[in-house]
Amino acid sequence: MRTIFYLIRKEFIQIFRDKFIGKAIFGVPIVQMLILVPAVTFEIQNVKLCIIDRDMTTESRELVNQLEGSTFFKVRFSTFSEQEANNLMARGKCDLVLQIPSDFGKETGKGNPGRLLVSVNAINAVNAQLSWAYLNGVIRDYNMNIIAENISRQSFTPVPQIQVTNRYWYNELLNYKYYMLPGILGILVTAIGFLLAGINLVKEKEVGTIEQINVTPVKKYHFIIAKMIPFLIIGLIDLAIGLILGKLLFNIPFEGSIALLFLGSAIFMVGILGLALFISTFSATQQQFMFIAFFCMIIFILMSGIFTPLESMPVWAQKFDLINPVVYVMRINRMVMLKGSTFADISREIYSLIVISIAFTTLAVNRYRKTA
Amino acid sequence: MPDREITKAMKRFLGFVKKEFLHIFRDFRTLIILFGIPAAQILLFGYVVSNDIKNAGVAFLDLSKDEITQKISDKICSSGFFTRTENLLTYNDIDKVLRKSKTKAVFVFEKNFGHNLISEGKATLSIIADGSEPNMATLITNYATAIIADFNRELAGTMVSQNLIVQPEVRMFYNPALKGHFMFVPGVITLIMILICALMTSVTITREKEFGTMEVLLVSPLKPVQIILGKVTPYFLLSFINIIVILLLSWLVFGLPVKGNLFLLLAECMLYILMSLSLGILISIISKTMQQAIFISMIGMMLPTILLSGFIFPIENMPKIYGWISAVLPPRYFIVIIKNIMIKGTGFLYVWKETLILITFTLAFIGLSIRNFKIRLQ
Repeated sequence: MRTIFYLIRKEFIQIFRDKFIGKAIFGVPIVQMLILVPAVTFEIQNVKLCIIDRDMTTESRELVNQLEGSTFFKVRFSTFSEQEANNLMARGKCDLVLQIPSDFGKETGKGNPGRLLVSVNAINAVNAQLSWAYLNGVIRDYNMNIIAENISRQSFTPVPQIQVTNRYWYNELLNYKYYMLPGILGILVTAIGFLLAGINLVKEKEVGTIEQINVTPVKKYHFIIAKMIPFLIIGLIDLAIGLILGKLLFNIPFEGSIALLFLGSAIFMVGILGLALFISTFSATQQQFMFIAFFCMIIFILMSGIFTPLESMPVWAQKFDLINPVVYVMRINRMVMLKGSTFADISREIYSLIVISIAFTTLAVNRYRKTA
Repeated sequence: MPDREITKAMKRFLGFVKKEFLHIFRDFRTLIILFGIPAAQILLFGYVVSNDIKNAGVAFLDLSKDEITQKISDKICSSGFFTRTENLLTYNDIDKVLRKSKTKAVFVFEKNFGHNLISEGKATLSIIADGSEPNMATLITNYATAIIADFNRELAGTMVSQNLIVQPEVRMFYNPALKGHFMFVPGVITLIMILICALMTSVTITREKEFGTMEVLLVSPLKPVQIILGKVTPYFLLSFINIIVILLLSWLVFGLPVKGNLFLLLAECMLYILMSLSLGILISIISKTMQQAIFISMIGMMLPTILLSGFIFPIENMPKIYGWISAVLPPRYFIVIIKNIMIKGTGFLYVWKETLILITFTLAFIGLSIRNFKIRLQ
């Protein structure tokens, strides 16, 4: 026990001797969190619209007015040339072009179907579909108005309609900050622990100081544990600072138990650090470690379902995610903080994390050789 | 003899470049990783990163249980976007299923749904979505609303003559099949190239500093510019090969063709690589140890690049001030360039502004590096 304690002390001294790292360990994640959390939103607003109104009748103008009235669309340009409209779209100045043919008012006035031509910039397929759906909604309302007008002239029977109302539980206003803060904080803490712990060990190998420890009676698991604990503590402190600032600045709700959150994060950190140390036992240089770490981290993060939903991934990717610890910790963080989930709700995630952590740490201890 | 001086300097420089190449090729493992990682990541993310929903778990609370609610819930489930996880009996169950996070939303049909719809012309379907995942929640409500709108249209069609309805025709530009790859592959290329290039260069120079071999270089007759260029040249060539491999993969595997001028695209890629490499140089000159360099180029750059460059989240949707913050991130401009040339097929006239900005970044990074390059060790 004493051995481990001394080794941990050595590690701490070593980390904080580098003035830059000592500050950056706390500063960088907090600053990034503060800047990045408010930025992220999936809300679509201000879809830029370009209108080619070849008709210029009251009917077409009414439609344009309705579009201008919606908060979703911003009519940015109106032109008479299709080429110019396409040009604007190519330049990224507008996302949607609505063409009203010259006979629109005449035809609808006569009671014939009126045609509209819509072009959507679909590079971002999801946004394109949504903008199209919204536009359709506006046109539907416009339709209903015409229909209602015409029908009221004859005999009035209301058109049956299903109304859809939305409610969002646990996060009524769909505040994205509540969602992103636990995620971004999780990523930053992961990245710091993962990189620093791994580099730390490889550096000892590369510089040769690991030999000095190898010739002492320090046990393999002593060594690995002592490499882990300082980064575990630093990670948890980062998490605590982040949560406190999140509470103060973004007013993040905290429904569940803080202890449970930290328990989950601690188990997760052990797993991540175990993996980092395991990778560093077979990397010869810091450069090699760094590339492998880069590979693992990008995959863990982008596949964790923070930025894009897990359910959208193909089945094999979801299978892979069973061993992705980031998935579990993200879920735990969100469920505990926003939904107030209890241990029973997240027991599966916790147990999975425990298994992953034990596996990675055992691998690291076994793979570490005291012989050069 | 200025001529002889120049050839001599040139020879020295080439010797240095050769040394750098040897360095790289000797570390065979790193070399494999260098080429393997970008390729693997493009393949992975092209498939994995996407924003459409497929089979999202939803539950139904049908308080009416009539023909119409049955029809609607079948329509919702057969759309391919949703899978039914459970049928609930009471309101109290909603919290229970949402808490377990397998079910992302609950559709609630009010009592006497069908009756209300037919006799009063109005019935309400409430969607209760799990707001702790706002992304999923909005997608679900949007898709479901679209399905219901479709149903409404059918309903209206049977009651009112179709004649009067204004019918929009839509054309999806640039991406008619609405594939997610079109959005994400350019983003992944942008992200991976800047990180790999910055990492590689920042580590090689700090490595020389940390091991003391920098001193050998400093006492040599090589000028700072030559040292920096010598460090960059091999990585420039490697990265260029890398990007060709990536472009080939995205064409062969994801069917993402280069619609515009291929040479223009390659030239822009070269510029982007050069910019990333000079950023790496700048990082290495600021940092004293490899650990610091890695810290800055990974932890400092990864998240801002993912989040603020428009890779996943469109910049237009962010609060105004982020338009300014992201203006200092070079990847933001490259994403525009690569999307324009690859997908929209536009020419240089459409991207000259972005190109100019990237050139400015490159020059600024190189200038700062040369200015801060210390020929003496502290």
